[in-house]
Amino acid sequence: MPELLSAPLVVEFPFTRSLGPVQSAFLTGLRERTVLGVRTSDGKVLVPPVEYDPATAEEIRDLVEVGATGTVTTWAWNPGPRRGQPLPTPFAWVLVKLDGADTALLHVLDAPGPDDVRSGLRVRIRWAEERTGAITDIACFEPDDTEPDDTEPAAHVTGHSGVFDDAVTGIVTPARLDYTYSPGRAQSGYINALAGRKTVGERCPSCRKVYVPPRGACPTCGVATSEQVEVGPRGTVTTYCIVNIKAAHTANLGIEVPYVYAHIALDGADLALHGRIGGIPYDQVRMGLRVEPVWTSSSRHPDHYRPTGEPDADYDQYKELL
Amino acid sequence: MRYARDVAIVAFAQTDTLRRTDELSEVEMVMPVLHDVLRQTGLRTSDIGFTCSGSSDYLAGRAFSFTMALDGVGAWPPIPESHVEMDGAWALYEAWVKILTGEADTALVYAYGKSSPGEVRDVLTRQLDPYYVAPLWPDSVALAALQAQALIDAGAADEPALAAVADRSRTDASDNPHAQLKGSVPSGDYIVRPLRTGDCPPIGDGAAAVILASGDRARELCERPAWIRGMDHRIEAHSLGVRDLTDSPSTRLAAEHAGAFERPVDTAELHAPFSSQEVVLRRTLKLNDSVRVNPSGGALAANPVMAAGLIRLGEAAARIHRGESDRALAHATSGPCLQQNLVAVLEGES
Repeated sequence: MPELLSAPLVVEFPFTRSLGPVQSAFLTGLRERTVLGVRTSDGKVLVPPVEYDPATAEEIRDLVEVGATGTVTTWAWNPGPRRGQPLPTPFAWVLVKLDGADTALLHVLDAPGPDDVRSGLRVRIRWAEERTGAITDIACFEPDDTEPDDTEPAAHVTGHSGVFDDAVTGIVTPARLDYTYSPGRAQSGYINALAGRKTVGERCPSCRKVYVPPRGACPTCGVATSEQVEVGPRGTVTTYCIVNIKAAHTANLGIEVPYVYAHIALDGADLALHGRIGGIPYDQVRMGLRVEPVWTSSSRHPDHYRPTGEPDADYDQYKELL
Repeated sequence: MRYARDVAIVAFAQTDTLRRTDELSEVEMVMPVLHDVLRQTGLRTSDIGFTCSGSSDYLAGRAFSFTMALDGVGAWPPIPESHVEMDGAWALYEAWVKILTGEADTALVYAYGKSSPGEVRDVLTRQLDPYYVAPLWPDSVALAALQAQALIDAGAADEPALAAVADRSRTDASDNPHAQLKGSVPSGDYIVRPLRTGDCPPIGDGAAAVILASGDRARELCERPAWIRGMDHRIEAHSLGVRDLTDSPSTRLAAEHAGAFERPVDTAELHAPFSSQEVVLRRTLKLNDSVRVNPSGGALAANPVMAAGLIRLGEAAARIHRGESDRALAHATSGPCLQQNLVAVLEGES
């Protein structure tokens, strides 16, 4: 078994999302320290509010303001906060029914320890100092030691237009996930071979075709491939395109447009891989052109392919690989 | 409920569930189970009428990994194929519908999950409401713990009862060669209170595959087919705060539509990754002590995300194939706190 490869892989994206009218009012309200809910046609107040009744799917727009205090309906003590969670110290996850609301909001509670938390606990919102119109404008909940309020829940609900100056209409939600990427046996073999400036494929034991880069399976026969076969280094351009727009990606900044991106059938391979063609004016690249890889000193794969000077390959020799 | 055609699970295979499988790409992990179900039935890939899979690229952080896994089923020349970004149980549902409509007589269903490259607790937060919930990064254990506390507050369970569920599951898993956690396992420390290590599923990688066939084709391929007498799936509101976490009305409705309450079942394979979720499901499905629950050990013994639900269907079917069950209920779940639920009723002919 050759050396297994692994490398850190970060998947990170700032999702930009637009808000509907109810979500916009709710999140703008949080920026203004005002919690809004929405009333359904049967009089229930949903907090956080949604635009469609979860029971009837009816569109709902009747906004109301509810209290900034409420009651814990269930909780879970988190001794080990994870990245991205609202508090860096141990805290309780809570579902809180705010005064006047009929449904519960998920957030966190800052409390000294699990013995200080129970279902039924009275809590109040601790607002974040800097608020942008996001659920994190609620920094957390904290125990509310003021006198218990025994008024009817409806007494906490007041009508609200949902209109604020400078309404928030969108949010950006950053997301980051960390992985350790392992390419598996077949692709590790391919990458390891590249380190020695060799290209290897794998031969299907059934149809005898050589796949490159190998993924460990023959897509025609659905069986595992295992026999490693060195292919190339020379090959034939089977088809190509001319790229006229510079890609923003940093890896491509040094490449002048127009350039040619091609499918290249390496000698001995039954599948074309792709690469850039250099060393020839872009408008002279053609199907059948014979090419070879060009390695640069620091690269881990061929930087590009250039003409070998051989006569072009006959169409019949590569037509199956188009 | 009478369906247009009789459809059965005729073969099932699963990998061992392992904490890490760095040496395997996803297609390398899937191929052995594909070959296993084909061997059991004598079918070749070219004989399969429809192929459907379940997986999620977020688990391994590999874009379009499900299209690459298709190399393992021989997708050239072109085949009719589909994929669900869910547990493979829902892929099985799609394949079942495909056969019911008469568009196929056989179907290959597979599912796989590699949780080891990432942090599955964090990864699963990305399936939550992106406006109000996901920015708080509530991990999968935290959400299950909220449900567990709600159960405890309602008097439906306590911590020793939860520990007993976990202990029974892993003791049963001693007989399951594919399980990841077997035998008596200590409850351990709280991960998110009230859930301890023992109440949570092991994190692991694995794959499973089944073959479905209709009518006489099923009888040709399998000595005792596991006939799907009914199957249904239902979903509840996205927001946790509008749901009663101690109950699972979607499971109950799916079970009613699948015919689960028409006659008693002898076996139930429940997809309950957390001990507290088994308590909710038993209550919802009215399973008494006469029903053998999760003889395989269930998801507390092996929980390859995206395959664990399909494995429940496969384990239930395999018991029927072996003559150990005549009428079994299989359940699969997806989403936080049992948000989406699928129930199937399987029977063997005497």
